Amino acid sequence: MVGIGRGGRVARVGGNAWLLLGVFLTVMPFVYMVVASFKPGNDLFSIPFRFWPENLYLGNYDLLLDETNFVRWFGNSIFVSLSRTVIAIALSIMAGYAFAKFEFPLKRALFFLVIGTLTLPLYVILVPLFGMMVDREWTDTYLALILPFTAQAIGVFLARQQLLAIPNELLEAARIDGAGEWSIFTRIVLPLAQPAIAVMGIIFFTASWNDYLWPLIVVLSDEKFTVSLGLATLIGPYSQEYGAVMAGSFMGTLPIVLIFLLFQRRFIEGIMAGALKG
Amino acid sequence: MARALSPAGTGTIPSAGGRARRTGSGRPPGSRLITPYLFLLPFFVVYGIFLLFPVYSGLRLSFYELVGISEAQFVGFAQYRQLFEDERYLRALLNTTIYALTSVFVLSPLALLVALAVRSFIVPSANLQSFYRIAFFLPNITSFVVIALMFGLVLDTDYGLLNAGLTAIGLEGHNWLRDESLALPAMIGVGIWTYLGINSLYFLAGLQNIPDELTEAAYLDGASRQQAFWHVTLPLLRPTILFVMVQATIFSYQIFEIPFLLTGGGPSDATLTLAIYLYEVGFRQFDQGYAATIGYSLAVISILLAGIQLVLFRTFQND
Repeated sequence: MVGIGRGGRVARVGGNAWLLLGVFLTVMPFVYMVVASFKPGNDLFSIPFRFWPENLYLGNYDLLLDETNFVRWFGNSIFVSLSRTVIAIALSIMAGYAFAKFEFPLKRALFFLVIGTLTLPLYVILVPLFGMMVDREWTDTYLALILPFTAQAIGVFLARQQLLAIPNELLEAARIDGAGEWSIFTRIVLPLAQPAIAVMGIIFFTASWNDYLWPLIVVLSDEKFTVSLGLATLIGPYSQEYGAVMAGSFMGTLPIVLIFLLFQRRFIEGIMAGALKG
Repeated sequence: MARALSPAGTGTIPSAGGRARRTGSGRPPGSRLITPYLFLLPFFVVYGIFLLFPVYSGLRLSFYELVGISEAQFVGFAQYRQLFEDERYLRALLNTTIYALTSVFVLSPLALLVALAVRSFIVPSANLQSFYRIAFFLPNITSFVVIALMFGLVLDTDYGLLNAGLTAIGLEGHNWLRDESLALPAMIGVGIWTYLGINSLYFLAGLQNIPDELTEAAYLDGASRQQAFWHVTLPLLRPTILFVMVQATIFSYQIFEIPFLLTGGGPSDATLTLAIYLYEVGFRQFDQGYAATIGYSLAVISILLAGIQLVLFRTFQND
């Protein structure tokens, strides 16, 4: 092992200085977002530039909560993201179980059909999918926000990986004891799938919470907006309420940051697996 | 739902012989023939309706001219040929290609440097390591919308944080979002800010898979740090490098939210991306046929790039 001499100490200090500069550049926009949410509008657009507000101004939060539909958007985001997540996990675990623990004709072909779309960009289906929503008069409904993205190939892949580890003897023993296939699934398979469920929960919830393009296309009325879509509409030709937008961005990011801090290891594992999919 | 398939029912399927032959460690018997299909059914119904079918109808649509609610007209490959003559499409392709190249040649090496530093003797304590991890990871859990809104304030010409910072250290501020020559570099900067953390984590994971014994053996044989890096670490990191580069390139060609919200693709298409162009054509001009064609061109680009990079790395590996 190469020891740490004087040169090593210099490298250590220098290296950390660079890393800290990186952290500073990464964190500053977030800090400024929070600071700006406590600044009145004319403070935000003042010359010379002042970083800190004169005093803690709460008007942006009042404006956001009273004058916009933010609370509703927040509720919509929670409802849509939870529904998407729960359905997607259920579908993934069932399909992943079939692929992991059964032999059946067409198994390989069906699995390829799932995995084959992993790198397919969403843009391939965007136009026809929207056309489908229009044809079925699903535009501007929760159904359109939730259902189309509940069949997640990455989920099937993750569930299968996890469930491959279940010993066949365990399932066989339950069958010999007379357990039905469905009760084997709920009593034996589901509990053993916990780690995959946690990882999927994180990926699917975060992706849905942060989704912008699909709500932008399929939702029309303010009451159906999600947080991401709603916030983006607050800045436009008719409105420049940056303070309120920063307040909303701050509150809209908090749930994900909380999940991240609570389940840090699973979260990183999840995002790294989820990044396989766009 | 699968209750009817309890073992009571399985006896009726002629597999008794198979059962007898089966050893204790064998796979589940093939007797429960429809059980796996029932478990697959819910997924495949949704998958078929909302993914496979649109994939097919999108391909079909790309051969038809269909604008608004007019009658669809078969035009063969005409819309694909149109792509090569469409200046806006080519501009978007150029912009996203520049973006992709910087992801491969600037972002990826930078992420590798961060990972190497965090893993090396520079960061000795586990606490400091996880501090860096969390800090660099934050942008990755933030929505693109929030990132765009934040950077709208940061990059503002007169009131923005960046220009204020630059002036404070004696440099000059710039019109980041409205200057034609600066808007794309600004988007690239925001992209690096967003993706540095996750790519460092990929490299960290890759580095963790390389046993310390290997580099230590190189040191014992008299190799310097640099030599150990170039001849031991880097070759072993090849799969991770391939993965990061494929990811970075594919994502680059799909970038949408940040330029869409920050510049709307402007000024004068300086930050127009393929996805923004698709959105404009499909959902503002309602030219569904052409938008579907642009969508498929994106799929072709993704598949081609992944293929090329795979082949390149195979070749290097054989050297």
